[in-house]
Amino acid sequence: MRFDTSPAPHVIAGYTVPRVMFQVLFALLPAGMAHVVLFGPGLLLQLAVACVTALLAEAAALRWRGRDAAPALKDGSVLVTAFLLAFSIPPLLPWWLGALGTALAVLLGKHVFGGLGQNPFNPAMVGYAILLVSFPAEMTRWPVPMDVEGSRSWSELARMSVASFYGADLTTHWDGYTGATALDSIRSGLDLRYTLPELLARGDIAGTLGARGFAWINLAALAGGLYLMLRRIVRWHIPVAVLGGLLVPSFIAHGLDSGNALGPAMQAFSGATMLTAFFIATDPVSAATSDRGRLWYGAGIGLLAWIIRTWGGYPDGFAFAVLLMNLAVPFIDRYTVPRIYGRQP
Amino acid sequence: MAARPTFPAGLALDAHKQQACGTPIVELPLPPQVVLALDQGTGYSAEPVVTVGEAVAAGTLVAHAGHPYASAVHASLAGIVVAIETREAAVPSGRSVCIVIDGNASNRIDDSVRPVADLAALSPDELVQRLRDAGIAGLGGAGFPTATKLAYARNLGAHTLVLNGAECEPWICCDDALMRSAADDVVLGALILRRAASAERCVIAIEDDKPAAIAAVTSAIERLRDEALTLAVVPAVYPQGAERQLITAVVGVEVPAGGLPADAGVVCQNVATAAAVAHWATRGEPMLSRVVTVTGSGVEHPGNVRAPIGAPLAALIAASGGYRDTPLRLIAGGSMTGRALPSDEVGLTKSMNCIFVATRDDIGSRLEAVEVPCIRCGDCAGVCPAGLLPQQLLRAAHADAHDTLRQLGLSDCIDCGLCDYVCPSQILLADRFRDARRRLQEAAAMAQKAADARERHGLRKRRQQEAATAEQQTFESVRDRARRPDDDSAGDSN
Repeated sequence: MRFDTSPAPHVIAGYTVPRVMFQVLFALLPAGMAHVVLFGPGLLLQLAVACVTALLAEAAALRWRGRDAAPALKDGSVLVTAFLLAFSIPPLLPWWLGALGTALAVLLGKHVFGGLGQNPFNPAMVGYAILLVSFPAEMTRWPVPMDVEGSRSWSELARMSVASFYGADLTTHWDGYTGATALDSIRSGLDLRYTLPELLARGDIAGTLGARGFAWINLAALAGGLYLMLRRIVRWHIPVAVLGGLLVPSFIAHGLDSGNALGPAMQAFSGATMLTAFFIATDPVSAATSDRGRLWYGAGIGLLAWIIRTWGGYPDGFAFAVLLMNLAVPFIDRYTVPRIYGRQP
Repeated sequence: MAARPTFPAGLALDAHKQQACGTPIVELPLPPQVVLALDQGTGYSAEPVVTVGEAVAAGTLVAHAGHPYASAVHASLAGIVVAIETREAAVPSGRSVCIVIDGNASNRIDDSVRPVADLAALSPDELVQRLRDAGIAGLGGAGFPTATKLAYARNLGAHTLVLNGAECEPWICCDDALMRSAADDVVLGALILRRAASAERCVIAIEDDKPAAIAAVTSAIERLRDEALTLAVVPAVYPQGAERQLITAVVGVEVPAGGLPADAGVVCQNVATAAAVAHWATRGEPMLSRVVTVTGSGVEHPGNVRAPIGAPLAALIAASGGYRDTPLRLIAGGSMTGRALPSDEVGLTKSMNCIFVATRDDIGSRLEAVEVPCIRCGDCAGVCPAGLLPQQLLRAAHADAHDTLRQLGLSDCIDCGLCDYVCPSQILLADRFRDARRRLQEAAAMAQKAADARERHGLRKRRQQEAATAEQQTFESVRDRARRPDDDSAGDSN
């Protein structure tokens, strides 16, 4: 009897890229729910426009590159980019900015380099950074979160989100419903010579755990991130290093100067900390390769974010921290090749 | 319980061992014909010492091992040599010169087959030579001649013999079955091998998912009461049974890259090889048979079969109840490193520990795999027991960047297949690396060839120059003499 042949191994675990990607999307669920509860349904609108744009941009790019679009659209990777961008941008962004950011993320962040697996930069952060430097006003206007004393009703928030999505001028109807993020308010407060305890005592910036609104999203993202670690989609190196790189210096600085430097709890539970540590920095394509390399990579992101938050021109610093460390990956990879069995270190 | 010694990385896999391991070892009835491949799996062939038409008895030497990597082949069946020709064979190259013997009913046993009476009197060197003559080869999967390994060990002064009973690869359980049923043989063989290698101690390593084998070997060791012999229970983590990984687990040292286990003071042998050595010592029988696992969803009654070397695989499968369902692959070895064979007419080799008849139920994950680009997730690096970065190797292999491939340790890849196993992009990594290794070897051979040619060319040019100079000198001397007609010594001027 005759048989076909094929190379070993003959059995594989059956993990797939879509499984990885959809697990990541699934793990964003708690953070998404917290986001919607606290900041209104704007996130859902941003998600919709980002997903549609991402799929269209991916299909167009593959068409231009002469590739088959169907498998790439189904692998879920471009949806992860869309989700991460939608989670990063303010929920009040007009739809065309979300669309622009997503299209740039997919085209300039991913396909100019050769598509899936080839991009040196995190595509979502490329899109985010372009939007942030080009549209600073729109990109820093957030709704006042629901957990701030005296904030408006959720239905009012919803109406505002929809209006804003279509580009309504919020100053006429909804002045006072929007504001800067907690990190932004602290930053400008410190610039105005308020001390940190004074700012935190105001009540509209921070709660017991961290920033108003964002603390809950960070907590939910942490839960989703732990789930990913449990499912072995994400290994511990990058998240732990990112948090270490941010929290260790902030712990020291806060100890030395509690009047101006944010403490570790506030750092951990404000802005995009947990989202970056577990979902953005862990994008394997643009991260360092080896476990040791990933520790350096993650620590660099955390540290740079702390530096930018402390002295930089932006209240949150994670997008630039990630992009800068993406740039350092070839360098890190070069010096963190693991020791091969039987070879001298 | 104390943590069991193991190696870094690796992965616990579904064992699939219960299928074949439930029943005792079955003896295959003598087949009407055997096909003895002269390459027994190492890529080096023995040289035939019989001719077509010659009558042979069981145990008659039919091919002599000229090369240290070849093992002597003996007739596993009494009968007539009917063909010596190149055929499809279950070896890496796919083909080998084979000696085909048609059996007769005589069952005559060669005169040379008799118990080794002077075993205790043999020096280690003599012992090694006798094992070489007996065609003893590694039964764990590589088929490397035991004598050659022992000789290396003696030359480099190995202190520890590790007997590999890990049997980490899914589906295979022939060593388990052998240890359970013939632990005394394993232990006796261990002692002989230890003496032949001049090693101080011997450690028998067994994975912890084989409690019956551990119990059997433990009591065999107790019966023997030799302090140099110990048992190490290692965790069932693939590839625990890979030579280098097992040495690290049991002895705690690493085999230097590009070196031999003996460079680390260790020599490794399979438990089944040890049992075969015991067989040879007690009966004088050269390596005529082995225990092989016949398993997979494509075979009716999976089990372990003792069969003559050279027995057609079809006969082994028939003895296991024949095919069932739709067998899609016939694999020599297990699911991770086994080689898919094109035909079941090839003969059993010494290196074949398993015949895995796979249906879609068994290998569907690979058949349905769709390859997508690498997302650099690093899962491959996380499981690689050699500490390599498969995703980087893949890039270098794509670019055919030979220096990078060497730097990243392509030659240190042990071909375990774990990177493939975990890859979410379902890339055929192990196969790409095999291919890249081949290209690297070819490039090295080409470079050597070019260097040789350059040297030859240089030599030729020098010869030509010397000849031209000599001619010039002759010409000049003749001319000089022609100018001086008074010179008497000028040859033929009359």
